[in-house]
Amino acid sequence: MLEITTNHFLVLSFLLFVIGLVGIITRRNMITVLMSIELVLNSVNLNLIAFSYQLSDLTGQIFAIFTITVAAGEAAVGLGILIAFFRLHDTANLDAAVELKG
Amino acid sequence: MHGLVWLIPVLPFLGALLNGAVLKGRLGKKAVAWVACGLVGLAALLALLVIAGYLGSPEHAAHQPFERDYYTWIPAGAVHTPDGVKNFTVSAGLLVDPLSCVMLFVVTFVGFLIHLYSVGYMAHEEGFQRYFTYLNLFMGAMLLLVLGNNYAVLFVGWEGVGLCSYLLIGFYFKQEFPPYAGRKAFIVNRIGDFAFLIGVFALVSAFGTLKFTELFPRIAANPTLVQGPYVLGLSLAAFIALSLFIGATGKSAQIPLFVWLPDAMAGPTPVSALIHAATMVTAGVYMVARSNVIYQLAPGVSQLIAVIGAATALFAATIGLAQTDIKKVLAYSTVSQLGYMFLAAGLTAYSAAIFHLMTHAFFKALLFLGSGSVIHAMGGEQDMRKMGGLKAALPQTYRTFLIGALAIAGIFPFAGFFSKDEILHAALGHGRWVLYGVGLFTAALTAFYMFRAVYMTFHGTFRGTHEQEHHLHESPPVMTVPLWILAVGAVVAGWVGFPGWNVFERFLEPVLLRPAGLEVPEHEIGALIPAIVALAVAALAIYGASRVFGGDRGLEGGRAWAERFPRVHRLLSNKYWVDEIYDATVVRGFWATARGLFRFDASFIDGLLVNGTRHATVAFSLLSGLFDKYVVDGLVNLVGTILDAGSRTLRRVQTGSVGSYALVLAAGMFALVCLYMALRQG
Repeated sequence: MLEITTNHFLVLSFLLFVIGLVGIITRRNMITVLMSIELVLNSVNLNLIAFSYQLSDLTGQIFAIFTITVAAGEAAVGLGILIAFFRLHDTANLDAAVELKG
Repeated sequence: MHGLVWLIPVLPFLGALLNGAVLKGRLGKKAVAWVACGLVGLAALLALLVIAGYLGSPEHAAHQPFERDYYTWIPAGAVHTPDGVKNFTVSAGLLVDPLSCVMLFVVTFVGFLIHLYSVGYMAHEEGFQRYFTYLNLFMGAMLLLVLGNNYAVLFVGWEGVGLCSYLLIGFYFKQEFPPYAGRKAFIVNRIGDFAFLIGVFALVSAFGTLKFTELFPRIAANPTLVQGPYVLGLSLAAFIALSLFIGATGKSAQIPLFVWLPDAMAGPTPVSALIHAATMVTAGVYMVARSNVIYQLAPGVSQLIAVIGAATALFAATIGLAQTDIKKVLAYSTVSQLGYMFLAAGLTAYSAAIFHLMTHAFFKALLFLGSGSVIHAMGGEQDMRKMGGLKAALPQTYRTFLIGALAIAGIFPFAGFFSKDEILHAALGHGRWVLYGVGLFTAALTAFYMFRAVYMTFHGTFRGTHEQEHHLHESPPVMTVPLWILAVGAVVAGWVGFPGWNVFERFLEPVLLRPAGLEVPEHEIGALIPAIVALAVAALAIYGASRVFGGDRGLEGGRAWAERFPRVHRLLSNKYWVDEIYDATVVRGFWATARGLFRFDASFIDGLLVNGTRHATVAFSLLSGLFDKYVVDGLVNLVGTILDAGSRTLRRVQTGSVGSYALVLAAGMFALVCLYMALRQG
């Protein structure tokens, strides 16, 4: 049986990060983008916990909990903005948010 | 009583202010005359009271002047003199001493009579109020001149009378000649005044005061300083004395600055009587007498004064022989008599000079007013060739004029006899035979030309037009009464200087101290011989005049003499061409210099400097404009263009697509991490 090492975690975390990043860049729906951001944040959490485990240092895990807390706030604020945006434009499509286009 | 002396100059000034400004144009002729004559009359009355008050005061008994400073006019501060540092201030102050008493009396008394006379003389003239304004102004300035207790106040009066003289000579400003004559008088006087000021400055720098009562003791106490070398080889005393005397030659019409006085006759005749005969022109004599302490320390200058005085006396008297204008005769006679006064002053016989000044004021004012009465009757005619036989029509004028002529001719017991005798006696006493001879000869000429005038004007037959003959009339009492009062003065004024009993000289003694060794011996019986000689000469001259011009000969006698000596006659009737010589040298020279300077101005200053500067400025501005337009503005526009183009390019980046922003963000992050790794490896 293959032992699960830190490298496995890092690969998984990297894949999650890339999936999240690509979601952020390519998706037009705001909800999908928010979900992609969660994915990116959780890939970082996974990274932090993996190193914490390897180094037997709890600081990384505590950091992860902080990140989750901040991510919860971010999700709340992001969804609030989304609802406000939807009321204004009748759509959740990111391409409609072009007021600052040069 | 003499504490009220300040009111004397103030009253005429008040009159000038009232007539000239406050009540200008609001008074009738009668009221104007009352204001002007009333205030001057009041001043004359006050002058008598002041003189009486001073004579009865303890100051006079102690041979001290009465002096008062009213306010500090110029607090100038420290002046470094050879005597140490002096605090130099000039006060507006007045001084009453025997000399100013004499001048005060003459000026107010004669001045008042001439004011009265003017009321009649100017009755039909335009500018009545203006005339009396100037006349009052003159009185005020003249009184300031004779009463001032320092050279600065004296100078204010000196300039004030000069101004009034200018204004009154040019009184008939609508005609062409009077304004010219006024300007001439003013300019010639300025030349003298310039020298006068130089003398005053020298006094300040050497002694640190201008006050007579401080200055003269300082000078007398310091003869070594005063007589040491100063400038141009002159001693300080000689320099000051000469400067002041040049001032006096301007004001008192002496060679070489006498040319203005004959032309000054363009003014109204009472003005000629007051300003150009009795008072203003004698200011120079007064000033020299006042400064006698300085002149006695400068014997060389005194000699010069005596010579110039004698030369002027003779020169002007010869011109007087050939003049046909009655006022011109009197004008040259005035110049001549002023020369007499300077002759006396130059011989250090200052009291004789002042004595002659006083008697001359009476008889010359009388003669001028008499001639004014004649001119008035003749309807403005001044040419004696068109007169003749006027004594029937103008009996009062004739009698008073005759008294004046006898007085100036020096006939006993008229005033001129005594004063002229004093002067001739002084010349003899100093052993100056040439000056004595010139004086005596001038006396003979004076008697001759005066009686020539009397005969041509009043005797013989009338030579004017029929219309003028019809118009002939005696002047009104307002004119004849002053004539008679002056006539009385012309008789008795000399009696105060009776030979051997000279009250006048003793009165002036405290002011006009004689230095030791220069005393003129007292008159003795033997000394009466010169007086008798002078009398005989004058009588002979009058007899000569009667032979040439008397009876019914009219102009024939004079014409015969002129034909016998045509060259002399031409020389005299053209006044030695002095005016022409001055015109050819001084005036033309001045014009030529002015024209040269104008050309320099036009070509060099205007052409090269001013226009050159203009061209240079225009060219430089053009260059500067180009620089501005292309370099400075170009830089500004360049910045604008770059920013514009940059913005145009960069705005494309702002797509508004969140996805692309996120991509750039990720790419940037990736680049930064790569950079970090690369740097860490290296």
